[in-house]
Amino acid sequence: MYEIRLHSRGGQGGVTAAKMIAHAAILDGKYATASPFYGAERRGAAVVSFIRIDDAPIRIYSQIRNPDLVIVLDASVMETVDVLQGIKPGGTVLINSPHPVDMQGHAVSYVDLTAIALSLGLVIAGSPILNTPLVGAMAKLGLVSVESARLAIREAFGDERNVQAAEKAYEELKA
Amino acid sequence: MAEIPKEEYILRCTSACAGCSSSLVLRYILKAAGPDSVLVVPACCTSVIQGIYPNTAMNIPVYNVAFASAAAVASGMSAAFRSVGKKTNVICYAGDGGTVDIGIQALSGALERGTDFLYICYDNEAYSNTGMQRSGSTPLGAKTTTTPEGKRDAKKDLDRIVQAHNLPYMATACSAYPLDLYKKVQKALAIRGPTFIHILAPCPPGWRYPSEATIEMGKLAVKTGMWVLYEREYGKLSVTGASKGALAKPLPVGEYLTRQGRFKGIDAATIDYVQQSVRDNLARIAREVEGVC
Amino acid sequence: MLMVATGNKAVATAVKDARPVVVAAYPITPQTEIVEQIANFVESGEMEARYIPVESEHSSMAACIGAAATGVRAFTATSSHGLVYMCEMLHWAAGARLPIVMANANRALGPGWNIWAEHSDSLSMRDTGWLQVYVGSVQEAYDATLMAFRIAEHDDVLLPVMVNLDGFTLTHIMQQMETVELGDFLPPCTVPHAIDTANPGGYGTLTPPTEHFKFRWDIERAMRDSVGVIRETEAEFARRFGRQYAPVEEYRCEDADVVIVAMGTLGKEAEVAADVLRNEGIRAGSARIRWFRPFPAIDFGDADVVVIDRDYSFGSGGILAHELKAAGMAPYSVIAGIGGQEVTYDDIAGFVRNRIPGGEYWFGVSD
Repeated sequence: MYEIRLHSRGGQGGVTAAKMIAHAAILDGKYATASPFYGAERRGAAVVSFIRIDDAPIRIYSQIRNPDLVIVLDASVMETVDVLQGIKPGGTVLINSPHPVDMQGHAVSYVDLTAIALSLGLVIAGSPILNTPLVGAMAKLGLVSVESARLAIREAFGDERNVQAAEKAYEELKA
Repeated sequence: MAEIPKEEYILRCTSACAGCSSSLVLRYILKAAGPDSVLVVPACCTSVIQGIYPNTAMNIPVYNVAFASAAAVASGMSAAFRSVGKKTNVICYAGDGGTVDIGIQALSGALERGTDFLYICYDNEAYSNTGMQRSGSTPLGAKTTTTPEGKRDAKKDLDRIVQAHNLPYMATACSAYPLDLYKKVQKALAIRGPTFIHILAPCPPGWRYPSEATIEMGKLAVKTGMWVLYEREYGKLSVTGASKGALAKPLPVGEYLTRQGRFKGIDAATIDYVQQSVRDNLARIAREVEGVC
Repeated sequence: MLMVATGNKAVATAVKDARPVVVAAYPITPQTEIVEQIANFVESGEMEARYIPVESEHSSMAACIGAAATGVRAFTATSSHGLVYMCEMLHWAAGARLPIVMANANRALGPGWNIWAEHSDSLSMRDTGWLQVYVGSVQEAYDATLMAFRIAEHDDVLLPVMVNLDGFTLTHIMQQMETVELGDFLPPCTVPHAIDTANPGGYGTLTPPTEHFKFRWDIERAMRDSVGVIRETEAEFARRFGRQYAPVEEYRCEDADVVIVAMGTLGKEAEVAADVLRNEGIRAGSARIRWFRPFPAIDFGDADVVVIDRDYSFGSGGILAHELKAAGMAPYSVIAGIGGQEVTYDDIAGFVRNRIPGGEYWFGVSD
């Protein structure tokens, strides 16, 4: 089982991102679950979502304590949240950032999702849409296929710029 | 004058008290409604009056429901009938406790949602079925088992609450004037959407007057202006029947109050206060009828 | 059709496929998505039902009663405070023998305000005469909701059915789900005692002490008959759609020395705990109770039983534990997951390792 913990802020689309990633994995023929952790958070608060991908049906509903991959959609959450907590030895980090970030020796991938969204004009209520380019980055990491990523995005959003954003993130992701 | 159908939907030998006006009015309501009607009845005197299982004194379907739920049950029933293309009349028949107190939330919701039904409150001004406890509809000064010294608060103005829902038709009636009631029920049932009739229904054991005085007590309520017969069609108010005369020249309220044991010992100041309230209310109605407000 | 759906979406989709005539509902976290989704289905024309946006849960059940009394299919959904607010009408629905189906998003009761999973809401309604099923996945939420209509409306049952899914843990998780082409799996709803103005009768009339008990016994008789109807419905569902269900989902119980008994998502998590324990050489199994009412016949032979209650009857004990005691067992009673308390498969494995037959353990308190 591959376990992903996604850190974001309320309103950044982390929940939809988790859904699209799980959906893409399911389209690849795998089993997947996406479960946002619901607290009393409001817009702007640091929030977390969990994604599990496996070849067998998933029976675990508890939170992910030892993720294989930590995704940080908003680097500012790291000021208050230890995003590396419980990460598996050899676990990796994917961060929305224009430049590499030191993550205590963990392998880090980075891509400027914010810039991609802004360059395509993908903005809702003043906030750049980060979740659709993120799905492209996941495809680059090999967690979901490119074709399934496209389908999952199209299922969630009608605007084709979202697919373009994913393709851009796929190209720009750096390890 | 309208021909009252001979068909009876309340059979003989109900469990009603002698001189019960609420079963009298129900007889006329059902004659006006006809056989394609369902009565939804929350806990009230009618729960008992209709008879004890396996018997029933009613010749139309009667759906008995929990105290607070009548208008909501009617919502579901009406929606279901209309969905399958049936025009069946859905009529809530509830006492004052089940309307102004525990049932008011469901009533308000059903009215606001435009439910196609007729809600009738027969108001005997107390929880009579449980032995005369005070309700929100009990008038000032009336003794009940829970207001042994007389009620200190005024009767809740149910009609103005209902009116605030801007329903297409609402009316008041009194058991002493069954033809007036009959016509109002017919009118209400001809209208699609929520309709409402509030009936004053004097109660011999509760109000403590002799059973044979039930009609007279209703007439006194109207003639003193303690109760006003009117209807409100799409907001427009018209006073009906005997209240037209009472509006111009009401009898003193004392003639109504002192005939009932529940007001025994009521002091002059309270009578004066009641008289003033009646005067104010009649004046308000008269102004509205004249189009002043 | 393959979908990715939350538990709430699964319930709403099943309701759409079941084609009720009336849906009356009131929003409450974490159930709200069900009624929002249904309102959208109705608005978009995907569902022909009348959606009644009632002013309270007491009225949502009342409206379902009024609708079902005319012989049509009716549905509502609620949670927690909403469920206990409609308690009176739950008794009325069962007593009136109306096949209403309701989804309940299991959630704790206040104070203090808590919106997370707990089974105290529905278990405190266990004696209302409703059948109760607890589901463990999004797919099961869909399948159980469809089956609930068929079971409730069966002539031998004519009792309401409550489909329970864990608040947030299941209502909001996204998983894959296959919808079905219902065909005639769900026949048109018929209520033999539906209101008929051509054949008038009294309903819920004052019933004297010489008669009332007969109606109560009829409820119990229907509850007992429902056991066979559930079995037949689940078998037919498996035959048509390929997915198997049973009143108790047993996992690796055949040779087990210890069986973990739980409901809802904790019952699924317990399967993983059994695997963990088996890897350590402890022969563990999991028995997830799906149908709580009627309570299934269970027998685990000489195996130890560890029962997890996401609920409690104050002054007495875990409610599921009581059911097992009534079946002659001496379970180790674990109280865990209260108000959304996090419980992992590792925690469950720990309960099993440290079990004391007949004892009680409050997770997070007893240590």
